Amino acid sequence: MKRIITLTVNNRPGVLNRITNLFSKRNYNIESITVGHSEVEGVSRITCVVNVENDSVIEQITKQLNKQIDVLKVSDLSDQAIVSRELALIKVLSTPNTRSELNALIEPFRASVVDIGKDTLVIQITGESDKIEAFIELIKPYGIKELARTGTTAFLRGTQRGNNPVKNISIV
Amino acid sequence: MLQETAFTNIKAENKPMSGSELLLQALEKENVEVIFGYPGGAVLPIYDKIYDSKILHVLPRHEQGGIHAAEGYARISGKPGVVIVTSGPGATNIVTGLTDAMIDSLPLVVFTGQVATGVIGTDAFQEADVLGITTPITKYNYQVRNVEDIPHVIKEAFYIATSGRPGPVLIDIPKDIAIGTAEVPEEKEIQLPGYQPTLKPNYLQIRKLTEAVSRAKKPVILAGAGVLHANAAADLKAYVEQQKIPVVHTLLGLGGFPAEHEMFLGMGGMHGCYAANMALYEADLLINIGARFDDRLTGNLSCFAPNATVAHVDIDPAEIGKNVPTEIPVVADAKEALVQLIAQEGKPPSNEEWLQTLTSWKEEYPYFYENDHALKPQKVLEMLYEKTNGEAIVVTDVGQHQMWAAQFYKFSKANRWVTSGGLGTMGFGLPASIGASLADKDACVLAVLGDGGFQMTTQELAVIREFNLPVKIVIMNNGSLGMVRQWQELFYEERYSHSKNPIQPSFVKLADAYDIKGYVIETEEEAEKIFTEVLSNKDPVLLDIRIDPKENVYPMIAPGKGLNEMVGVKKQ
Repeated sequence: MKRIITLTVNNRPGVLNRITNLFSKRNYNIESITVGHSEVEGVSRITCVVNVENDSVIEQITKQLNKQIDVLKVSDLSDQAIVSRELALIKVLSTPNTRSELNALIEPFRASVVDIGKDTLVIQITGESDKIEAFIELIKPYGIKELARTGTTAFLRGTQRGNNPVKNISIV
Repeated sequence: MLQETAFTNIKAENKPMSGSELLLQALEKENVEVIFGYPGGAVLPIYDKIYDSKILHVLPRHEQGGIHAAEGYARISGKPGVVIVTSGPGATNIVTGLTDAMIDSLPLVVFTGQVATGVIGTDAFQEADVLGITTPITKYNYQVRNVEDIPHVIKEAFYIATSGRPGPVLIDIPKDIAIGTAEVPEEKEIQLPGYQPTLKPNYLQIRKLTEAVSRAKKPVILAGAGVLHANAAADLKAYVEQQKIPVVHTLLGLGGFPAEHEMFLGMGGMHGCYAANMALYEADLLINIGARFDDRLTGNLSCFAPNATVAHVDIDPAEIGKNVPTEIPVVADAKEALVQLIAQEGKPPSNEEWLQTLTSWKEEYPYFYENDHALKPQKVLEMLYEKTNGEAIVVTDVGQHQMWAAQFYKFSKANRWVTSGGLGTMGFGLPASIGASLADKDACVLAVLGDGGFQMTTQELAVIREFNLPVKIVIMNNGSLGMVRQWQELFYEERYSHSKNPIQPSFVKLADAYDIKGYVIETEEEAEKIFTEVLSNKDPVLLDIRIDPKENVYPMIAPGKGLNEMVGVKKQ
């Protein structure tokens, strides 16, 4: 099952290396990882999507991450109300004939065309990973020349429905 | 002397100091007694300052020897071992020792030289990506980029290495940072918001554990090295005597509980004793204090403590539930947890029947060996135990001799046992004995080694001679890599692929070359005579003991088997 974990970490050299190293050392599978500055100076935010077999694995992952000295906080967002977004750039073949067809696909997905070449279009799409995957499937028949995805970045929503406390770490 | 005066003046007037001076000053501030180090190009500026320092410097004959010596020092003294090596090969030569210290939770502060900041990344002479190499095998590592950061980084490194779950911390110092100068910065408080080890246990979990103990019929304590790191041996004894719960030790935990105590069952695990393993198997309450449920202890996890409620006291929350599902997690320092458990004065369990069963197992299935024609390693260790009254520091390498030492040397005190447990590093023993001896200069140190492991770090004989350390090197010479040979005999149809040493040097002559006295011992009578002689003085000595080459370590749990599937538990 897919789980989304966010980390806040000290923005120091080698921190990303520590995190990815830990994943490979402990034999965990990262699906995607995004890194960027957070609202606090000197603190970065990392969002990882991991594929795990069961809850005990995710518990181990969060604990091992928490053990890292540069990791300030680890949260498992999977069971929460969250906003999660990913951006993809897709360079797709387009002839004058297919251009309007493509436009018809782009609109309902609220994607946009950000570059037009002689025989290609670059489409930008943002949304949850499922939406992006659905869009890619639709576009595939036209011929995808290049594809770049940022991976998911996620946030807790301001209001949480129900009463699912955020799992930081389960012990203590 | 001149230097010292200069030093004080500089400090008083707050004149700029070089990175190397700041480094040495910081080490003195941390009360470092000994540095295990090996000079080289990138650390020359540091070595120039070491030349004038009052701190003892020990030169191993290989960097690996240096870091293992630091591990031995840390294990016995409880203080961090300090290592300084040069860049590139100096740094890569300590990788094994770092990994060993990481997995066995030994506090080390390791300095590596690095090429100057301007050429980092250019594949300069003796450049290696030390941070990249050591990130997974250190608790934390740094590369110092500003001279003025040195004092704070060192302060932080000592704090990280020794607090929480101890471990090695590495500081990479580029040559220009060691040379460059800076004004002595003001001392800063350590601020590590992402690192707040939990020392005090959660009260509710302590209550839960106390209640579980009073309900239990078959409780057992599994005590690991966490007890030793927390200095909690006395507390463990007090708790056990209050609650009458029997104790099993892990390999690394030996000495945390007195071996001759009636509540001690023995070592558990692959070569542990019957009573200990069966106690773990049959228990209805398993209280793990400072052990990490290593696979060599648990055997096949599906048959590990199948009927037990598991409680786990560990300072590292990530260890709890990692291998064995845990009902009562107690994140805490072992001492803090034991103190609180004792204070509960809970009702002791009604476990008379259980204790009787365990006593009968202990009597019926002790460690045993056939004392026939050849000299038996177990006999040798029994003799050494008796002759040293169980008070020697025992340092081992890895393999059969290590297991025999763990089985037959009965530790009555904590911190007398140095062995490479988690990593199983051959070549560890001889250099570790140097550090152990320097940490307790009056103690008799028995370096129990195999002929294989001894030959991996033989060169450190020079250090033993140089400092005239009271290290008694006991080589259990069976002419083979005994544990490998044993597995080939048992699991590979006696196909002894490269496990027999084709030629063997004369160890006595080798010792002689280093001006260390050596003896060959082939019989019990010789052993009796020579042990008495060499243990009565404080000189180093090498004993080449020709043991029965066919002797195997028993009892044994074959790989993949459970604790209840021991073989070789009783004399045939």
